[in-house]
Amino acid sequence: MAKITLDNLAHAYLPDPGSEADYALKELNHDWQDGAAYALLGASGCGKSTLLNIISGLLVPSQGRILFDGKDVTGAPTAERNIAQVFQFPVVYDTMSVQDNLAFPLRNRGRDEAYVRERVQEIARMIGMEDMLKRKARGLTADAKQKISLGRGMVRKDVNALLFDEPLTVIDPHMKWELRTQLRKLHQDFGHTMIYVTHDQTEALTFADKVVVMHDGRVVQTGTPEELFERPEHTFVGYFIGSPGMNVIPARVEGNRAYIDGTELLLERGYGPLTGKVEIGVRPEFARLSQSEGLPVKVRRVEDVGRHKIVRAEFFGHELNIIAGEDDHISADMNRVSFDPGHVNVYADDWRVAGEAA
Amino acid sequence: MEKTVNQKAWFLVLPVLLLVAFSAVVPLMTVVNYSVQDTFGNNQFFWAGLEWFEEMLHSERMWDALTRQLFFSGVILAIEVPLGVIVALNMPKKGFWVSVCLVLMSLPLLIPWNVVGTIWQIFGRVDIGLLGYTLDKLGVDYNYTQDVLAAWITVVVMDVWHWTSLVALLAYAGLKSIPDAYYQAAKIDQASRWKVFRYIELPKIMGVLMIAILLRFMDSFMIYTEPFVVTGGGPGNATTLLSIDLVKMALGQFDLGPAAAFSLMYFLTILLISWVFYTVMVNLEKQEGL
Repeated sequence: MAKITLDNLAHAYLPDPGSEADYALKELNHDWQDGAAYALLGASGCGKSTLLNIISGLLVPSQGRILFDGKDVTGAPTAERNIAQVFQFPVVYDTMSVQDNLAFPLRNRGRDEAYVRERVQEIARMIGMEDMLKRKARGLTADAKQKISLGRGMVRKDVNALLFDEPLTVIDPHMKWELRTQLRKLHQDFGHTMIYVTHDQTEALTFADKVVVMHDGRVVQTGTPEELFERPEHTFVGYFIGSPGMNVIPARVEGNRAYIDGTELLLERGYGPLTGKVEIGVRPEFARLSQSEGLPVKVRRVEDVGRHKIVRAEFFGHELNIIAGEDDHISADMNRVSFDPGHVNVYADDWRVAGEAA
Repeated sequence: MEKTVNQKAWFLVLPVLLLVAFSAVVPLMTVVNYSVQDTFGNNQFFWAGLEWFEEMLHSERMWDALTRQLFFSGVILAIEVPLGVIVALNMPKKGFWVSVCLVLMSLPLLIPWNVVGTIWQIFGRVDIGLLGYTLDKLGVDYNYTQDVLAAWITVVVMDVWHWTSLVALLAYAGLKSIPDAYYQAAKIDQASRWKVFRYIELPKIMGVLMIAILLRFMDSFMIYTEPFVVTGGGPGNATTLLSIDLVKMALGQFDLGPAAAFSLMYFLTILLISWVFYTVMVNLEKQEGL
């Protein structure tokens, strides 16, 4: 177990990166605290897997350093880093039995056979494959194979970190939940540093203590699920987390007032002069539809998703989503929307501006 | 699902059946015809029954040729398969050199058999051939027209030169289909290079490798042109493989009856060995699937 430090790290797949756009991973400084469970969340192609492969040593970064507990391992091969990694698609050794598959990482490190047997039994129990130990791995279903991959990742107790690269993509939904719970339990029991890459916000928010959101090769926010929800630091976080995501509306901000198409909206905090693209962000959860209160809005359609209703509306020419309670009645004359002032965030060039208490 | 029975489907097979009949079955039947008759010339034929088959079964000449043939096929398989795999493992995975390698390796496969034979026949000559001349000057006693060992080495090396690329190309195709994640997982698991080959690469290329072995076996078992051009079956009968012997018997000595019986047995042997091979292959795959 170790604290992993990324120091000025960046990576480009091109041999001669020129502009910033050539970098798959833009310059990054980050500490992964020892023993914490992280989720690395982002859309496909945002650099999550690149970052993971750099940590595990499968990829050497074009610039910067990686430190494990202060020791520089940037150039060290995977084997020296003592890391376990589970990939998106199941990797099993087809000709080996399930048992030998699980034992493989231990045997390669020369652990004695009694210990190997004990660990294999333990892991088999954890992934629920005790009765399949003698079978050949070939011919098993995709989720059984992925469970073996997970098991192989967890079989070593002394790893510095456990990395998961979207490991539950091929697993059945009900099994997904179970395995994630087990990973979580494993984390509580042994306290490994875990990094879990995913593009599924539910997975990220339920698995991790801390979620690291990446966008376009850059870490845009690191925080607890609650922080990501309440105070998205970047419009991407607001948009990516939540269902539907945060409403982002262009506005002009002066002091503690925002003007949307000339209509005034009172803010809770005051802001100095802002430059660039200025927007306000409000989560659908903090918008409320009514007959009399707030700004004019035009309801387009209402979707009942069971637990609540999603109102799709038009607000000064922009799309606006509002979440209403399951039992709320949406009537045709509801054409006003109001926002919870404590939850209206202001963004300049996509980054949140903190503002001062007014 | 209930399958409907429709005998009309046989008509769809008919064209192929006709083609095969004219290209293979009818010619084969003329051979069968010769194999059960004897002739003393004048286009007069007499019924001989299974006499020729019996004679051939007891013919030392045929057994010797068969032994040489099995030895030849065994040797070239033992060299070409591992060598092909080693070549495939060392070929670049991407970039400019991939195409260079592929073109260079396909070249021998594109050369007609008797040209390959001629190339090596000249290459090995002590008076004008680059190989023979050099070896001779280096003091190596190499003369494939007189020395049995030299003749065998020449024929085997020629076959290896001609056909190893086939195995290599097939193995390469198999290797290319292995996803990167396997190699990455092996690194994480700290598997040695040998274990990567044994547990990842070999199982994944086993299928194409089996096809390569089957192809090379059938081809080498029927080989005629190349060794015939180089050694003509000599010195003595040292490199007289089955098909060379067959041609000698049928066209050289004009022993049509024995040669026909011989051909049929030759054909059945190849069929039998290939069938055994195929069955073992399929069963192995099934077993592994369990």
